[in-house]
Amino acid sequence: MKRIFATLALIAAAGPALACETVTVGPLEVSQAWSRASIGTARPGVVYLTIRNSGTADDALMSITTPAADMPMLHQTVMTDGVASMPHAMEVPVPAEGQVALEPGGYHAMLMELTQVLEEGETFPVTLTFRDAGKVTIPVTIQNIGASEPTCPSPDE
Amino acid sequence: MKPPTLMRVGVVAVAAVLFMLVLGWWQTRDGDRQAAGILPLPIDQMSFALTDQSGDTVQPKDWLGRPTMVFFGFTWCPDICPTTLSDISIWLEEIGPEADRMNTVLISVDPGRDTPEILGDYLSNFDPRIIGLTGPLPQIEQAVDGFRASFRKVPQDDGDYTMDHTAGVFLFDADGRFVSIIDYHEDYRYAVPKIRRALE
Repeated sequence: MKRIFATLALIAAAGPALACETVTVGPLEVSQAWSRASIGTARPGVVYLTIRNSGTADDALMSITTPAADMPMLHQTVMTDGVASMPHAMEVPVPAEGQVALEPGGYHAMLMELTQVLEEGETFPVTLTFRDAGKVTIPVTIQNIGASEPTCPSPDE
Repeated sequence: MKPPTLMRVGVVAVAAVLFMLVLGWWQTRDGDRQAAGILPLPIDQMSFALTDQSGDTVQPKDWLGRPTMVFFGFTWCPDICPTTLSDISIWLEEIGPEADRMNTVLISVDPGRDTPEILGDYLSNFDPRIIGLTGPLPQIEQAVDGFRASFRKVPQDDGDYTMDHTAGVFLFDADGRFVSIIDYHEDYRYAVPKIRRALE
């Protein structure tokens, strides 16, 4: 019996608990972190996630790091007269008592120089650095290359 | 009886003026666009020769007789290109077998990296009805010009580069006449009816 519990605990710790995790740092809650499977490592990867701020002060996401890429950067897809460009974002504002999403067609973390193939179904950690709240690490779920939204439910659901 | 009638006349007059203003704005807008060369050419006036992922040469005249849906992108694009490809795959699935009689085409704006083989490998992850075209840069430029679209190479910090490019999806009817554009991130509720209109 003990062994079954131990096994269950192990499965819970190693398996589903890693995907769809919600992490908090100060008043910030980060959830629904996902990426797309890559073909090889030559092309840049992407990370999307949602940040909620229950605090009364604005914060900002300043940078990200991950063992999955040597050069991760924050970018924003911007449309000008129907033309999409992808400028580097110096920071992603996280408004007080509000939320911001890194999502397709908007802010996103671009993973340049992937160090590993991103395999569908696996996860990799990403560490976010906020201007005021500090650092927090979240596992990112790798979804299908054709995915357009997170499979992980929003924390409210 | 007089005041309500006067008011009614007033309302009708204001409505008529507003209508003319909107109509005028609408017409000049389209007129300006056409004059400025912003509306795509009809397919039978386009001219280019590109290669699809099977290695076959494709020219605009090959599209005539079937409705056509064209968009620009490149496979090194992390954000909007996979998103557009997955949107299009969802639209095609929703339209079903009727979409089989449509040309659904991605034209790469990054021929330096997107060879026909690489395009084929990448597109195998999306709806099999999507055809990928690439070719010599001057031919790509000529194709982009025909759609009155644009693209630009942008160097990145790591010595690599990315591409800015027109993000909308262009729709043409079976005679090659331009029907409409599905803007990037347009609601599905509008995208699928627009495609159906091109299919009519």
